[in-house]
Amino acid sequence: MSNGGSLLPIIALLPFLGALVPGLMIRAGRTACASFTAVPTIAAIVMLGTMTPAVLRGEVLTAEIAWLPQLGLTASFFLDGLGLLFAMMILGVGLLITLYARFYLASEDPMGQFYTYLLLFQGAMLGIVLSDNILLLLIFWELTSLSSFLLIGYWKHLPEGRQGARMALAVTGAGGLAMIGGMLILGTIAGSYNLTDILQQGDAIRASEWYLPALILILLGAFTKSAQFPFHFWLPHAMAAPTPVSAYLHSATMVKAGVFLMARMWPVLSGTDAWFYIVSTTGLITMVLGALIALFKDDLKALLAFSTVSHLGLLTMLLGFGTKFAAVVAVFHIINHLTFKAALFMTAGIVDHETHTRDIKRLGGLRHLMPITALIGTAAALSMAGIPFFNGFLSKEMMLDAASDTAWAGSEWAVPALATLGALLSVAYSFRFIVHVFFGPKRDDYPAKPHDPPFGMWAAPALLVVMVVLIGIYPKLVGPVVAMAGAAVTGGELPYYSLKIWHGVNMALVMSVIAVVGGLILLALHRPLDRAWLAAPRPEAKAIFDALVDSLVAVTRRVTEGLHNGSMSRYLAIFVAATLALGYAAFTGGRMSPPTRELLPIPPVAAAGWLLLIVATALVVINHRNRFRALVLIGVIGLMVASGFVYLSAPDLALTQISVETVTIMLLLLALYFLPKTTPKESTARHRLRDGVIAVAAGGGVAALAMTFLMRDFSSISTFHLDNSYTGGGGTNVVNVILVDFRGYDTYGEIIVLGIAGLTIYALMEALLNGPAGRKLKAAPVPPDRSRDRHPLMMVVATRAMLPIVVMVGVYIFLRGHNQPGGGFVAGLVISIALLMQYMASGFAWTQGRQRMEYHSMIGWGALIAGLTGVGAWLGGAPFLTSIYGYIQLPLIEKFGLGSAFAFDLGVFLTVLGSVMLMLYSLSRIARHAGETVNVEPMDYDPSLRVQDKKPEAE
Amino acid sequence: MELVVASSVGVLTAGGVYLILRLRAFPVILGLALLSYAVNVFLFATGRLAINAPPVLQLYGEASYTDPLPQALVLTAIVISFGMTAVLVMVALGAYLEADDDRIDLEPDEEAQAETTAKKETGA
Repeated sequence: MSNGGSLLPIIALLPFLGALVPGLMIRAGRTACASFTAVPTIAAIVMLGTMTPAVLRGEVLTAEIAWLPQLGLTASFFLDGLGLLFAMMILGVGLLITLYARFYLASEDPMGQFYTYLLLFQGAMLGIVLSDNILLLLIFWELTSLSSFLLIGYWKHLPEGRQGARMALAVTGAGGLAMIGGMLILGTIAGSYNLTDILQQGDAIRASEWYLPALILILLGAFTKSAQFPFHFWLPHAMAAPTPVSAYLHSATMVKAGVFLMARMWPVLSGTDAWFYIVSTTGLITMVLGALIALFKDDLKALLAFSTVSHLGLLTMLLGFGTKFAAVVAVFHIINHLTFKAALFMTAGIVDHETHTRDIKRLGGLRHLMPITALIGTAAALSMAGIPFFNGFLSKEMMLDAASDTAWAGSEWAVPALATLGALLSVAYSFRFIVHVFFGPKRDDYPAKPHDPPFGMWAAPALLVVMVVLIGIYPKLVGPVVAMAGAAVTGGELPYYSLKIWHGVNMALVMSVIAVVGGLILLALHRPLDRAWLAAPRPEAKAIFDALVDSLVAVTRRVTEGLHNGSMSRYLAIFVAATLALGYAAFTGGRMSPPTRELLPIPPVAAAGWLLLIVATALVVINHRNRFRALVLIGVIGLMVASGFVYLSAPDLALTQISVETVTIMLLLLALYFLPKTTPKESTARHRLRDGVIAVAAGGGVAALAMTFLMRDFSSISTFHLDNSYTGGGGTNVVNVILVDFRGYDTYGEIIVLGIAGLTIYALMEALLNGPAGRKLKAAPVPPDRSRDRHPLMMVVATRAMLPIVVMVGVYIFLRGHNQPGGGFVAGLVISIALLMQYMASGFAWTQGRQRMEYHSMIGWGALIAGLTGVGAWLGGAPFLTSIYGYIQLPLIEKFGLGSAFAFDLGVFLTVLGSVMLMLYSLSRIARHAGETVNVEPMDYDPSLRVQDKKPEAE
Repeated sequence: MELVVASSVGVLTAGGVYLILRLRAFPVILGLALLSYAVNVFLFATGRLAINAPPVLQLYGEASYTDPLPQALVLTAIVISFGMTAVLVMVALGAYLEADDDRIDLEPDEEAQAETTAKKETGA
């Protein structure tokens, strides 16, 4: 195995890069767009051309980019004869399609989009044929399903287009899923995910007990992609696509991917009875069935679609025979089918384009009006029929030859007879295409006046037909190509075969003559047969597929609606119960070590606090219908928790808890201003009992868990923090040093979350006030029982006097935070409480009018300062958020330490302050909206007016 | 003392779980507040309990310190849980103002209605 494939990844990548171009180039015009689409294709062809001599010599070129080699994940590519043949077909036909589509697409079709999809698809196909790693191959395989979905559904306004695209995606996507399973099994058996390795291990794989599952799964993928019976139905429906797409997908690429895969895996998977019976039988059925249906299709493209199904069946059957001769014939027919079928699709497109109909019953006599098109179409169709001097004849003869030697389940005649029948039907529909479209009398009722299209449009099919004839007359021309690809399929040595027109009078020739004569007779009888066919009941694949999809949808809907019935309390109950069950399983599944810790004594104060907490919690639950009372009790619980933190050596937590408690209660009080003040009694006793059981079980479980670990020692990483806090972080308050230094990144993330929460609330409030709720609020009546003395004198005076003191306390807590309990979080909360007091005492508008800094920008500045502090460490060459500190001596005051952590903590402080204020400010603004009045004076209540008590409130 | 902490966590959890299973938004918010206390104390307790050993270094003289790491984690958790509560309150408030009702469950007919409007929106 030689290397030298360094260009392969570039070739695989080129179309994807190129896909970016058409969208831009369409601005420069349609011709420029098409030309630039051709550039990556041509470049890829040239690069492949440089490698062709080596491949023709029998070398295998490889290239590998390691990604996670330990998991077998490498982006590895290889190029052998089969890969080169397919790559050239994909690129060559792609180029012709690019040219053809330039003239085919109407001016209102978005051409840039079309070429982008086309290049995406081309890249995915190239990836399949060049991949060495089968996992990479699978990715490209799925990409073809996705990009073909875009191409088939290109005419988004057509319902058939959308349905066809969806059906193609569902069928090929499902097959792709099966194939993933098969490929993974294959890779496991072979011990490698590289095709080059797998192909060496045919015997081991065929002997493995996992061979059959792998085979079936992989074949499911190949059969769905190549439209084999019973998955053939998607292909005709994909005909809703523009004709260039049909010509590309259904002659050279998409549907050939399955055939390619079977050919690729042929050395590994073929040669067993399972392979023979599954693959050849499927192929045979598909071939005959497809040809039969094609004969009775009136839509030109549908006829071609079913003929494609039939020919894919032929190829599958040949590969299924498992003989080397049949495999080489398959390779030869792949080339021939490509040339005549692409030409035929393009011809059908031209006819449609010129006459505005594809209905064979409305066509005929076009040979007089469109001589060039008629010539091209006739030559290509004759090849499809298998008439001598056209290339289809050669491979059909060889196919019949291979079939005549094949016995199926002991029967000598079954395969030859059915193969002849397939060929006969093929002759019939091919001649129908010729005779019913181009021959016969000229008609005068075409929907449009037909004439030959411009050169650009018939150039591509003409080129293909020239190849059809050249190969048909002088088959040696493609001899080296067939040999090269055939050798790659059969794994080295080639069987005896000869590419020539005259093999003498043999079995195949007899079968061929029967086919041609029978086919012509069938065509002559077409009219009565057609009536009989239309009258006969036939299963409609689309109806079956739709019914299947509908029943699947119904099942999933039942399951989803059964689980998601809209009851949140039910979800939560299920969630808690499931968590409990998991916890119980884990608890009983493990073993417990004996307790190692002594219990600490319980002082009376702690016992009293505990009692308060338990009673308050119980009262919250009992009294939760009275919402105010429950809220007050929540405050008691918060205070007890904070006291617990004080007692248990967590001063920082106590400070935080107590300040958060304050703002939380304020927040809930504000919310309660709008919400109903009581909770109605709604749940049944049974319901409450169920919830109670769940709650008690959850509480008991958590308590048991806590008790269990509290009685046992553990190893902690905190010694590191304690040892390095002062020497490394420059602070003695280890908790704060952890926050701003050791785990500064966490803190950074957390303040950003908090900032986002603040902005979310602001945004929600804006949306709410501008929506119907805002109008409802405006119209809502002001509660009549509101106190007139909303801004009591004492409270206003007290809060204003306290403001500077509280701010000073906040600053103090902030400054000492690095060495003593405190820091940015607590300081931010303390200052926000100071500000909130002003809002409460003096009113929203009064305070807002004196507030100079936007809370949004405070959040922004905070996050920015914290982030810049982290980035600053980069200047010193250290990682993000590495802190530095030093000592500074200012006149008059003592020497003090100052570190970058200080700036970080400032950022934390600003973000916390901004977020908390923004949250509460937003809620208050809703209140303001709901008819809150503004006090113009600091105090809006003058006690001397008590007698009249009539002073109107200013708005 | 361990028993005190463990039983407090248990009672707070039980109360919290019972309240989040109620049918109205406000008790659910209260329940979440109780659960926040429980979870914070629980996490704090993973550092084990110690008295008179705050993790503030004494530069001179010997002293013992409790585990500072859970404290640092819980400190931010307390602040974040406030943010979460605030968002929830706002959402509940919005829902109440739009629907005149603070039930958290969709009634079967309401659900059907929501579905048809969703269908109409996607169909349009």
